[in-house]
Amino acid sequence: MSQEQTAYSAKDEVTSFLEKRTAWSRTKILLRKSPATARFGMIVIAIYILVAIFAPWIAPYGEAEVFAQPYAPWGGEHLLGTDQIGRDIYSRMIYGARNTVGIALVTTILAFVIGGGLGLAAAINRSWLDQLLSRGVDVLMAIPSLIFALVLLSIFGSSAINLILIIAILDSTRVFRLTRSVAVNVVVMDYVEAARLRGEGLGWIMRREILPNILPPLVAEFGLRFCFVFLTIAALSFLGVGIQPPTADWGSMVRENASLIQFAQYDLKAGLTPLLPASAIALLTVAVNFVVDWFLHHTSGIKD
Amino acid sequence: MISTAQATCAVLTYEDLTLHPIILTVLQRLFLGVVTLIIVSVIIFAAIEMLPGDFGEAVLGQAATKETVAAFRRELGLDQPAYVRYFEWIAGVFQGDLGTSFSGRAASGVDRSREVAELIAPRLWNTLFLAGMTAIIAVPLALFLGITAALYRNTYYDKIVSASTLTTISFPEFFVAYILILLLTALWPVFPSLANIDAATPLGERIYRSALPALTLTLVIVAHMMRMTRAAIINLLANPYIQMARLSGATQREVIIKHALPNAWAPIATVIAFNLAYLVVGVVVVEVVFVYPGIGQLMVDAVTSRDIPVVQGCALIFAITYIFLNLLADIIGIITNPRLLHPK
Repeated sequence: MSQEQTAYSAKDEVTSFLEKRTAWSRTKILLRKSPATARFGMIVIAIYILVAIFAPWIAPYGEAEVFAQPYAPWGGEHLLGTDQIGRDIYSRMIYGARNTVGIALVTTILAFVIGGGLGLAAAINRSWLDQLLSRGVDVLMAIPSLIFALVLLSIFGSSAINLILIIAILDSTRVFRLTRSVAVNVVVMDYVEAARLRGEGLGWIMRREILPNILPPLVAEFGLRFCFVFLTIAALSFLGVGIQPPTADWGSMVRENASLIQFAQYDLKAGLTPLLPASAIALLTVAVNFVVDWFLHHTSGIKD
Repeated sequence: MISTAQATCAVLTYEDLTLHPIILTVLQRLFLGVVTLIIVSVIIFAAIEMLPGDFGEAVLGQAATKETVAAFRRELGLDQPAYVRYFEWIAGVFQGDLGTSFSGRAASGVDRSREVAELIAPRLWNTLFLAGMTAIIAVPLALFLGITAALYRNTYYDKIVSASTLTTISFPEFFVAYILILLLTALWPVFPSLANIDAATPLGERIYRSALPALTLTLVIVAHMMRMTRAAIINLLANPYIQMARLSGATQREVIIKHALPNAWAPIATVIAFNLAYLVVGVVVVEVVFVYPGIGQLMVDAVTSRDIPVVQGCALIFAITYIFLNLLADIIGIITNPRLLHPK
């Protein structure tokens, strides 16, 4: 035992000095330095994710369960009252996290796969491909997305799959524009020229030369784009053509309970009911924006 | 001697004819804008073609006789191929004729329908009024907030402005709208909750009644424009030439206004143009909340009732606005970007 203690190992000493920080420890250091707003944002996002995953265990009632009393006041059996046909609003809020956020997330990822890939390709290949895609995007963007979505949804019907596909394709045009315009400034750099001259293919230049240099704005855009998609879906549901009842969704819940706002003078809680799902939407977008803002500040390289 | 003069002359005309590359690019963009417009009109036309079902029966109702339906289809030209109808439609559009609305037709054959142009015109004016009112408030406000936030970066002013704009950008329009309704009509009745205006409404009354929708829209678009203005300026601050200006003794104010701002105009102009386009077209939700008689609400109603000519007319107007404003953003971007002026 004493032998072990006295034994000297140069390797041990050296490795302890040169110990490389793992991704986890680097993340911990980064998080320790994060501002309060970003921490708030991350906590809120984490709560939303937990609620979305464990919705059936948290909610006291089912999302489409109808009770005898419509427009029940707050408190008692129903924490936040019931809606116009007597469904528990608290339970619907919880299920809404799963439906509304889940659909928005899937849509955003799809929009980035389509828009980001094509945007990079267009920025590198500035010839016919760029012209074709840019004009194609111009055409798609020339029709306002909410209106376009309205028309398309009325043609193809308001199912979740159609909603995801339509919004993803319409929003990918924005991603395309951003990716292309950021990438164009990188493409003219000498190291990209060098890569091209040594005969690298389109895929390599996209992945290894340009993507790392435009990643920060793209990640930030992912957060912001998620917010836009989330708000668009909420708006469509609000207009009655998005996520269809009886699926619990925050946008349509606002519309269904909007008339309660007129009673705010007599019962403030009733007046606040339509604002609850709307503020659930707002809180998540605020949280995402806080995190994106911190991320942008962190990656912009300005430290003063 | 003469030949020299001729040669000079030839050189001069040659120089006159050779347009500056920027004008060429702008002309190219204008041409592409027209092409885009044509393609968009085809898409709008085609999208309507894809609506399911036979709308002869849908419009006239179950009680319509076969003869009435056939006559109606003939009147619409549904018995002709699509491309013929497209060219007839486009020719009509150029003469200000957008067709006749489907609503008001009945199975009995009595025609109380109205011209689409007649339906759209007053509502378009209302929407433009609302959008204009918002733009006049929002654009200067956003620029001012953005530039000052960049100027006093990392101060409490910047943090407060950034946090509050971050908050409003995250709010759905209907949330902002309902908060304003809750505060300014239900709890403290200052403004009317319904913005019902018509052509006879006097200007002062019109502004008063449109105040809540305009306020809602302002809150929604200022945030985005302000953030992009601030971001565009701050992005430039990491550049070597800014470092150079700083080293040569320029103050923070000079650095931002004289050195950073000129290079930031392109992204800022793009964002402003986007937001203005958004204003004209993204007002649908706000119009629905406040029951404002604008073109967005007209279109939503037309889509629900499948009033095809009205949908086409509205979509075309939206498209023209969008293309024009995007083109404007592009051209400003070209004119103000020195790197695009002198390509490698």
